Amino acid sequence: MNLLRVQSDASKVMALPYDRTPGYWQTVGQRLLRDKVAIVAALVILLLLLLALFGGMLTPSDPYKTSMLSRLKPIGTANFPLGTDELGRDMLSRLMVGARLSLFMGITPVILAFIIGSAVGITAGYAGGYVNSLIMRTIDVFYAFPSVLLAIALSGALGAGITNSLISLTVVFIPPIARVAESVTTQIRGRDFVDAARASGAGAFTIVRVHVLGNVLGPIFVYATSLIAVAMILASGLSFLGLGVKPPEPEWGLMLNTLRTAIYSQPWIAALPGVMIFITSIAFNLLSDGLRSAMEIKG
Amino acid sequence: MASDQPLLEVRCLVKHFPLKKDLIGRGGGVVRAVDGISFEVREGETLGVVGESGCGKSTTARLLMHLINPDQGEMVFDGAVVGSSDMPIKRFRRQAQMVFQDSYASLNPRLTIEDSIAFAPQVHGLPHKESIARARDLLARVGLEPRRFAERYPHELSGGQRQRVNIARALALQPRMIILDEAVSALDKSVEAQVLNLLLDLKDEFNLTYIFISHDLNVVRFMSDRVMVMYLGEVVEIGDSESLFQAPLHPYTRALLSSIPSMDPDQRTEFPPLQGDPPNPINPPAGCRFHTRCADAESVCSQRLPKLVSQSHNHSAACLMLEADSGHRKARHLLSQ
Repeated sequence: MNLLRVQSDASKVMALPYDRTPGYWQTVGQRLLRDKVAIVAALVILLLLLLALFGGMLTPSDPYKTSMLSRLKPIGTANFPLGTDELGRDMLSRLMVGARLSLFMGITPVILAFIIGSAVGITAGYAGGYVNSLIMRTIDVFYAFPSVLLAIALSGALGAGITNSLISLTVVFIPPIARVAESVTTQIRGRDFVDAARASGAGAFTIVRVHVLGNVLGPIFVYATSLIAVAMILASGLSFLGLGVKPPEPEWGLMLNTLRTAIYSQPWIAALPGVMIFITSIAFNLLSDGLRSAMEIKG
Repeated sequence: MASDQPLLEVRCLVKHFPLKKDLIGRGGGVVRAVDGISFEVREGETLGVVGESGCGKSTTARLLMHLINPDQGEMVFDGAVVGSSDMPIKRFRRQAQMVFQDSYASLNPRLTIEDSIAFAPQVHGLPHKESIARARDLLARVGLEPRRFAERYPHELSGGQRQRVNIARALALQPRMIILDEAVSALDKSVEAQVLNLLLDLKDEFNLTYIFISHDLNVVRFMSDRVMVMYLGEVVEIGDSESLFQAPLHPYTRALLSSIPSMDPDQRTEFPPLQGDPPNPINPPAGCRFHTRCADAESVCSQRLPKLVSQSHNHSAACLMLEADSGHRKARHLLSQ
């Protein structure tokens, strides 16, 4: 986000060193490093991301290989440290490979919604007046539906599949992000420094780029990270309903679905994908909480 | 350019803020924030603007900077109507700048102060390096050592230092006129004096014209060549500073001046002090707007609108007592003589 600031090449203008005090984001980073909970959450997320990237190469056995003889083996069985699923596939391998799709389904719609929702919200907030009313009342229409229902309805209408569930999740997350973006922008727009920038003759686009973005993207970003957990749960829900990822692809939500028949015979195995979803979403929530408090710097 | 042409001429400026109607259409009045004011600012002078809070001082400043659009009226800057093809608003903004009251809110907390100052020159096409160099020159000029301050953020500065930065930013476009909207009101007295002296020095150095808005009468007297007194969105008196402070014409100005605590025990307050708050600008009183609080009010004051009449050279006021044959008992009678 530092790229958004007007870059200063002080050292080139004058040779002598200038008093350089840490910038805002540097201070936020330092405060975040002192937050132990956030650090642990960040490490967990890093681990999960590494798992998503390299999990496929590290699996102890083939996650797709079924075996009728070794169905629903309990946790701790030889060769199957986390047991096997209802088709005899190795749970550990499937959970490792499943990290990729699950994280992808959780993070991508939030990133897309962050970009679109911020653009929409900042436009509404900066323009104000009728433009604001038009955009925000349109967005309010989406609030008439519960987000789960909206996601299910949209992916049901678009048809099952990863792309369609990504689209429907993105659509679900645009309204809340746009609303946060609008309210932060409206607040910043009323500050005197925006008036001062207007008085210096700058156009709306320049003012938004130099003066608004740096002040609003932080809070919107924090809010968006808190949505990743929701997105993962919703994506799992879609997969659970058969609208997202298709079997035999390993994805935690889908695994939860297919293992539900085993909930009485092997409840611990059936719960494993849910545990992964839980760990991931709580890690993202804790990190975004830490980020939020690190950014609350009283000037 | 004729030397007697004013730098800025404001003609009948009006700004009403409509109030929101509720769902069944009640409410919906207008706040008459600025109600038809006209004045001139001459090149090189300081025009002080005084009045109580809510009298339209800040709205006037924002109207002058075109931060809000007037409902009526026009401004002529340097002989050209602002907003016309002779003086587009962007060109006007290179020549007129503003310093706000809240020194913290008027600086972007995410930009170093040199970036804040260099922003305006960059908008007008000065390359980045030169803008930064100009920002550093200006910082030095307003008394902030660039090597110590240039790359700091606003929250690391004191109120007085921040206001110096705001002044430097206003100077960055090399304007001819600066509007100072309560620019020193939030500062400590000692810091205020330093900043005022800085403003006077800068004015001489850069040949600036100031519109100095304040509620502090002593400060206005110290700074201004001429003073304009506003009440509820109207100009009630305007004149040379000395003449206005020594012989105020309008009862409102007299009441305002008598509210300055005197250091001299022989100069006691002679006029009754102002009572209460100004009336609501949503439904201002008919006739003279001051009649509800005026000690000399008569029935005619609530019926007749006083005009701004020139009393002596460069000094005029809007009061029925000064208008011949206005019907007020204290007014001069021309017909009977």
